[in-house]
Amino acid sequence: MTVQSVFPALEQLLPRVQKPVQYVGGELNAVIKAWDDTVVRWCLMYPDAYEVGIPNQGVQILYEVLNERADTLCERTYAVWPDLEKLMRENDVPQFTVDAHRPVGAFDALGVSFSTELGYTNMLTAIDLAGIPLHAVDRDETHPLVIAGGHAAFNPEAISTFIDGAVLGDGEQAVLAITDIIAAFKNEGNPGGREELLLRLSKSGVMYVPAFYDVEYLEDGRIRRVAPNRPGVPWRVAKHTVMNLDEWPYPKAPLVPIAESVHERMSVEIFRGCTRGCRFCQAGMITRPVRERSMTSIAEMVANGLEKTGYEEIGLLSLSSADHSEIAELAKGLADRYENTQTSLSLPSTRVDAFNIDLANELSRNGRRSGLTFAPEGGSERIRRVINKMVTEEDMIRTVTAAYASGWRQVKLYFMCGLPTEEDEDVLQIARLAHEVIKAGREASGRNDIRCTVSIGGFVPKPHTPFQWAAQLDHETTDARLYKLRDAIRQDKTFGKSIGVRYHDGKPGVVEGLLSRGDRRVAKVIEQVWRDGQRFDGWSEHFSYDKWMAAAEIAFADEAVDVNWYTIRERELSEVLPWDHLDSGLDKEWLWDDWQDALSEVEVDDCRWVPCFDCGVCDHMGTEIQVGPTNAVMLPMPTIPSRVAVNSGT
Amino acid sequence: MARDRDPGRENIPAIQKLRIQHAKRDRLRFTSHRDFQRAFERALKRAGVPMAYSAGFSPHPKISYANAAPTGVASEAEYVEIGVVALVDPEKLRVVLDEVLPPGLDILDVVEARTPDFVARLEASHWKIELPGTSQATLDHALKLFLEAPEVLVERMSKSGIRTFDARTAVIRANVEMGSDCAILQVVVRHGLPTVRPDDVLAALKKVADFAQEIPPRVTRLAQGPLLEDGWSVGDPFALDREATQA
Repeated sequence: MTVQSVFPALEQLLPRVQKPVQYVGGELNAVIKAWDDTVVRWCLMYPDAYEVGIPNQGVQILYEVLNERADTLCERTYAVWPDLEKLMRENDVPQFTVDAHRPVGAFDALGVSFSTELGYTNMLTAIDLAGIPLHAVDRDETHPLVIAGGHAAFNPEAISTFIDGAVLGDGEQAVLAITDIIAAFKNEGNPGGREELLLRLSKSGVMYVPAFYDVEYLEDGRIRRVAPNRPGVPWRVAKHTVMNLDEWPYPKAPLVPIAESVHERMSVEIFRGCTRGCRFCQAGMITRPVRERSMTSIAEMVANGLEKTGYEEIGLLSLSSADHSEIAELAKGLADRYENTQTSLSLPSTRVDAFNIDLANELSRNGRRSGLTFAPEGGSERIRRVINKMVTEEDMIRTVTAAYASGWRQVKLYFMCGLPTEEDEDVLQIARLAHEVIKAGREASGRNDIRCTVSIGGFVPKPHTPFQWAAQLDHETTDARLYKLRDAIRQDKTFGKSIGVRYHDGKPGVVEGLLSRGDRRVAKVIEQVWRDGQRFDGWSEHFSYDKWMAAAEIAFADEAVDVNWYTIRERELSEVLPWDHLDSGLDKEWLWDDWQDALSEVEVDDCRWVPCFDCGVCDHMGTEIQVGPTNAVMLPMPTIPSRVAVNSGT
Repeated sequence: MARDRDPGRENIPAIQKLRIQHAKRDRLRFTSHRDFQRAFERALKRAGVPMAYSAGFSPHPKISYANAAPTGVASEAEYVEIGVVALVDPEKLRVVLDEVLPPGLDILDVVEARTPDFVARLEASHWKIELPGTSQATLDHALKLFLEAPEVLVERMSKSGIRTFDARTAVIRANVEMGSDCAILQVVVRHGLPTVRPDDVLAALKKVADFAQEIPPRVTRLAQGPLLEDGWSVGDPFALDREATQA
């Protein structure tokens, strides 16, 4: 049975909404397949506005991997803004894909990628608009499986009521394995219905199915235990790790939207994972070990991607890009290849390290040197030992001095407020540091118009990190500390005018904290706040702290817990954490020891350069560190003859 | 050492200019002008067009856009001019550029620019306005009242606030046809300041005849160009360039 495009109905609504182009699709390199020619149909969702979701690498990679299969079709959907949501409800237009405008409810699986927990309410809108029952328990064979992925899926308990499954870790092989299971099940004629399909998926270990686990609680509100309630369902579900990135050079044909997006560039992932060991960083903890893409493979992806997209900027992505073993050769090779073209290169996520200035200089060889960004994260050396961000003040001054000296005008410094053991003094040190930065910068550059911008936000403890046991700082204290910092910088008579401060208030962090370390009881809060109209929580103009707190009040009325219990409460080693049955590979004992080391201000090295210190990941997951150097040589690009010039033949 | 200087990129002047006619069709009619510009510039890169660039810190490809149709309005007659640093075959450019643009943004015609004052030649536009759910009689009546009026003032929100102007005088010719599922208004509008757009004409019709239009209209620009001797036909703006090339 084929499905009809909802576009004719949607088209009537588009002239009445903001930025209609975001709903029409038509991206370059988008794939539209015939519905009836395929067995398994996936819809992937990034639960935010199109302009934020379209550049997402995870969705783009899986979109291609799935569409390469002959028996599979994959389309995409994004969160619709409230203006269109209202019109869709009034006119019975369901949630649609942007590729062929097919109704999301007709697909076999809806995969939702969560970079952050703040997309949860948008998922509920999409499920509801698609005509899928909000609660997984109310769904039958006619409804898609709702599957969560992305970093937030490492603790999906707060959304366990709404999802059928969660996939932990790298998605490339996992989506193919899930597709195999769905295809076999459909080809057999759906024996045993939805329950049987979910059982097969759960037993294979590819996906966590919350419905197959029971959670029991103690009287004080803590979890007593989490246990499977079906035979053959694993006690713990492990993350997926793709080894040998060179075999997965995706996206090969990046999507280029017609609408403007938040990242107007092409991205190439140069490695996955990070073992720097920053204790606040969930991404670094859950993506271990480091797996590099080879320089040759990166260069091919860059050349191929530019040809397929027409982008003028390439971002070399990873969690800490300058740590690639051949980053210097890579930067020089690419800068040589694209010298005298309009193509520019950028290297997001670099550490505070003088070596990075040389890199940045190389990459900006034929462009403008406007701003460089560094993330010392902690204001004082003491707190940087606590978070294991090993950079001394001397390093930092040396780095920014080198930056100003080579022509950079503006340096942005990123910090966090509310880190474990932090006192006012640790944050106020930032004002002194910024003062020293400007002083050294003026001396080095001989100019008075250089600037330093301090950007600071509240820290949110995350699952699967050494800080998973930590108390989050309440928003009142967070805000008070930020105001003290702002005032201290304003009072700097000498350089205050050269220092900008940008801060994010502490309230959104409370909600993020509730959701990220939440358990199944938090689902009621999410549903309540969504029913109260809350949407787009990642957008300050849509976020409402008061609505969330009011919803929590109602949802927790009969529970032994409240928002503070989830956020500002420190946990003990003995407590069963909501995500203990979800296996990131990290050994809980090791995480606890690292937490204790943090409290004693003891630093831990990077296992790429020192012997293994048994975090548990490689051993447990059967993975290994994959780094170069490969000692390959990047050759200059061959010149491609123009297809349109008069003398290029026909 | 400070880096104030221009990075010293070589600035090669354009040796040829090309005029391009393109369409904006179907779902891509919701493309805004800015969206189109980005998509077009990337398409030029993918097609390997040897673009001329402006000098300076952030060089821009030499492209001029003329009279873009509003967002949501389809068009068969949008015009762009580009400057290139190596000679380009117009027909090859048409084929290759059309190939690298998504379906819906279609390249219809390319000529070498051989004459000046191209934009001034775009004197008027021919719009087809489909009005689903409106009867021919209603539309006939409204058009009659509109054409009889010496002027019909309409309002439009602009960047500097609400602007009031006459939508009647610019309308050179208008007639009503019946389509398969809707009444169709064909209208030729002379360009001016401010340019009267199809939604202004509709607003004026609604004002004089007080009719409601529930379903959004589908609007298409069918042609754009010089006004011919009859005073109301819209001609081919590339005609002079074609003559000059053949001569």
